Amino acid sequence: MAEPLLEIKDLRVEFDTRDGVATVIDGLDISLYPGEILGIVGESGCGKSMTALSIMRLVPVPPGRIAKGTIRLDGEDLLQVSEKRMRGVRGNAISMIFQEPMTSLNPVFSVGDQIAETILLHEGGSKRAAWQRAVEMLDAVGIPVPEVRAREYPHQMSGGMRQRVMIAMALACQPRVLIADEPTTALDVTVQAQIFDLLKDLQKKTGAVIVLITHDMGAIAEMAQRVVVMYAGRKVEDGPVDEILTNPKHPYTTGLIGCVPHLSADPSEERVPLTDIPGVVPPMTRLGQGCPFAPRCSEAMDKCRLEMPTQSVVGEDHRVSCWLIENDGP
Amino acid sequence: MTEETLLSIENLKVHFPLKTRGFSAPKSFVHAVDGIDLKIAKGKTFGIVGESGSGKTTTALAVMRLVPITSGAITLGDQRLDRLEGEELRRARRHMQIIFQDPYSSLNPRVRAGAIVREPMDLMDVGEKSEREDLVAELFRQVGLRPEQQALFPHQFSGGQRQRIGVARALASQPDLVVCDEPVSALDVAIQAQIINLLRKLQAELGLTYLFISHDLGVVQYICDDIAVMYLGKIVEMGDRISLFKEPLHPYTWALLSAVPSADPALRDRADRIRLQGDPPSPIDPPPGCGFASRCPFSQALCTMEAPQLRTIRTGHSVACHFVSDDGVPPQRKI
Repeated sequence: MAEPLLEIKDLRVEFDTRDGVATVIDGLDISLYPGEILGIVGESGCGKSMTALSIMRLVPVPPGRIAKGTIRLDGEDLLQVSEKRMRGVRGNAISMIFQEPMTSLNPVFSVGDQIAETILLHEGGSKRAAWQRAVEMLDAVGIPVPEVRAREYPHQMSGGMRQRVMIAMALACQPRVLIADEPTTALDVTVQAQIFDLLKDLQKKTGAVIVLITHDMGAIAEMAQRVVVMYAGRKVEDGPVDEILTNPKHPYTTGLIGCVPHLSADPSEERVPLTDIPGVVPPMTRLGQGCPFAPRCSEAMDKCRLEMPTQSVVGEDHRVSCWLIENDGP
Repeated sequence: MTEETLLSIENLKVHFPLKTRGFSAPKSFVHAVDGIDLKIAKGKTFGIVGESGSGKTTTALAVMRLVPITSGAITLGDQRLDRLEGEELRRARRHMQIIFQDPYSSLNPRVRAGAIVREPMDLMDVGEKSEREDLVAELFRQVGLRPEQQALFPHQFSGGQRQRIGVARALASQPDLVVCDEPVSALDVAIQAQIINLLRKLQAELGLTYLFISHDLGVVQYICDDIAVMYLGKIVEMGDRISLFKEPLHPYTWALLSAVPSADPALRDRADRIRLQGDPPSPIDPPPGCGFASRCPFSQALCTMEAPQLRTIRTGHSVACHFVSDDGVPPQRKI
């Protein structure tokens, strides 16, 4: 495989809480290759968004800190560079779109101004040229009459339009990595489909790597080529999407796929009960030594409660961290 | 059909007046629900799907008599709900209960879980006073909570557990109809499955009838027996779950199904998926004609002039579209 564009190695993020230190990300390795869409999936509290914030170096310090690891973009370790250099990376080489487009846009500036600001900040040039680029970006994300729309304020737009503006802003400086954190959760399904199509199109045109964070396996199947399944701040399984969907190895992945009633074109009379993953994600301060999923896992053994599972390779580019695999052999 | 109808809605309209500027300006109305008819059979789950602004939640609230009804009839059993007022209405509420979307804001944070579930019993005189404690304990067991958890406050529960309390409260008055307004939308995927399985189990045990409101087609397909698809305050298509999903007739239903990201490669790679442009139009003073005309890839002049009526194409499956032929060939199949 080609050289990774962005490489996260052995990342560990800790938060000080009243109950002690919470390790919200532990031993995380993720590589992003040029031209791909990578999905990160898991329940809330599994560290998906924290991974994104770590890449952007936006983990709130204190109470949080990145305790260990490297995040290399083209060989440069983003965790070591100065804050000034990081400001040049954010929104430029790496940019991010958030879940709630209403709260992430500034209500008192027109959307054109907000996009132009990003361009001026990173690339300089004249205000007029930046505005022109902003209008072009709005056009590129499919906003009709962009020269008029650029003068409008966020409240004058629908949720789908606002998310398009966010995407235009994120792409304004031709980032090499675009992180989309649940970009369609607040949107209706027909609008969600438009946003997904747009992201796929733009990905093809610009060649940016997209990291799609979601809890929806359907969205992963539709959008991504590779997927990382996270649980309690750890990577439990990763591999090619089709492989993971048809041949999941970790009980948590199996549960995530089976717990959602997937829409079928040919529904049957009989309805089998959905896979139940009992309980909830444990609080990060109270993880024991064993596999964090063990208390919810139907196949947990004694070993699972005592020892953290190691990663085994189970197929081409398919890795899983589970003692069950270790026992059965690859 | 031999099934007994529990709830029937006839030509229900809910219009909300908008604030007008100056008193000579014409009054505008939000046509949240604009003339719908439906029947729910006893012991079944009836689903309403649609996007935001389609009127699905307003329909649910109208059934619960939580919004003023502009016109139309709602009959539960043999009682005309729309005509009740005051104490009579309060008494009737015993037979219809609602589970809300957000388990965080729908439980009083200062009241213990046990008391939350008990309150409807006290208000509606359910059972003997001495029995109520046992009834509450039994409800806790049924929804999968431990009896000692009655003493806890809502903030001590997780989202899924809170929704279980919401379910127990809805069942406390032993209702005939339970309205579920997006009961799993605010929950994590794994927790959604727990609540859906719970609702199905309770229905089988207690013979409940559900009016299930959701925007999630996967969930609706799984849990509902009959489904109505709403768009801009009107039902555009209605049918049983097999017929509706196997052979969707209305272009909007087809577009909705096309839009859902799917883990099933067969569904994903269908060449005839259609994509809608733009957003749903505003329900404020909607224009005449079909509400979907502005986004419909098959719309013609007729669509913007005359609103199509809901007509039955085959048993238990009806559609409101001018261009679905009488033998059930939808416009998306004609090209």
